Amino acid sequence: MADIKQLKDPVSRRRFLAVGGSTTAVAAFLAACGDDSGTTTTTMTDSMSSGGGASETAEFGKGDIGILNYALTLEYLETAFYADVVKSGLFKGADLKTIEKFGQEEKEHVEALTAAVKQLGGKPAPEPKAEFPLKNAKSVLELAGTVENLGAAAYLGQAANIQSPEVLASALAIHSVEGRHAAALNTLLGESITPDGAFAKPADVQTVLKSVEPFLVG
Amino acid sequence: MKEQLKTPELAAVEVAVEGGDLSRGDVILKGALAAGAIYGSAMVSPFVRKALAMSESGDVGILNFALTLEYLESTFYAEAKKRAKPSGELKSLVNLIASDEQQHVEALEATIKKLGGKPVAEPKFNFEYSDTAGFLKLAQTFEDTGVSAYNGAGPMIKSKEVLAAAGGIVQVEARHAAAIRLQNKEEPAPDAFDSPLSEKQVLKAVEPFIV
Repeated sequence: MADIKQLKDPVSRRRFLAVGGSTTAVAAFLAACGDDSGTTTTTMTDSMSSGGGASETAEFGKGDIGILNYALTLEYLETAFYADVVKSGLFKGADLKTIEKFGQEEKEHVEALTAAVKQLGGKPAPEPKAEFPLKNAKSVLELAGTVENLGAAAYLGQAANIQSPEVLASALAIHSVEGRHAAALNTLLGESITPDGAFAKPADVQTVLKSVEPFLVG
Repeated sequence: MKEQLKTPELAAVEVAVEGGDLSRGDVILKGALAAGAIYGSAMVSPFVRKALAMSESGDVGILNFALTLEYLESTFYAEAKKRAKPSGELKSLVNLIASDEQQHVEALEATIKKLGGKPVAEPKFNFEYSDTAGFLKLAQTFEDTGVSAYNGAGPMIKSKEVLAAAGGIVQVEARHAAAIRLQNKEEPAPDAFDSPLSEKQVLKAVEPFIV
């Protein structure tokens, strides 16, 4: 334990913890975005990106704004999906409560991401128009499981591309919640809670967008 | 040479440029070591010493912190296979999580070594519970704490590869947390955001279980 206790906090973390000590602090990290310069994480990412190709999320905006807008688009879809499922009347009791809870959390993700994009001086991505096949409870739960597992993989795919430690902190706080949703739905479906094994796999933007395309309208 | 002698940091910068695709932490560390080797450690300025200290407690430090948590979880679940008397669905879940945590331990040890660090020694643990319910309560605490610990450490990780790997682990911890919470008849995802915990907060939470 001595080794661990000797660790020193890099500046970026101290700053982050100063604003991010509690759940309610998500808005605070987001508020802290944009004044970030010269932190360790940013510098590292800069040095790494010099060897990489164009940003995967460029169509959603530049840098962190693009990543946040990509995430926002997915969160809009999840929110719309759960709202439609609640309205469908296919679920009652405990299952309905779970769906309502998850839907509410996705809505909070939409709000947080919208605020973060604005904080960075960007324009939040528009809400996509979507339609979801809601035939029966089983197929809907399966779709929910697919959507949540994909969402978790999408966040994981972008984590290392995020420049700002504050944006990364927010994205991580959302990422693990998507993982929780995915595991809960997999449990309901009788499927493995960790379909990728001990290490969750990321999904790239192209794969994710291709997967959600069938639900987009117009 | 005389100018470089006055400012050994500049030698570090030159090494850095030659380093090419090294991460900045590596660059500073290697440069500082080169300066120290050439001019003697007495010539290493406070700036470089600080850089060295930062590098030492950088990704390797974070990974060793994570490793301690994974040791704890791994030992906890390995013991629980018998002690918690899990049956049916819970038995499968305990076996699955025990295997995942063991794999996390191995992956972290390997990564620390790959980065030139030394994995921390495994502490001795003592978990106090007498039945399945007691086990599940502790399990929920450990999994939720694990998620918040990784989420707190994530923004401090310098290497993109290490960050991506840590992300792959934390998502699995979150999945465990949700499954254990369902066993406890609790909300699998109680909040829309998994709040981060600082290293100090995490160590305070796990200290009672370390002998």
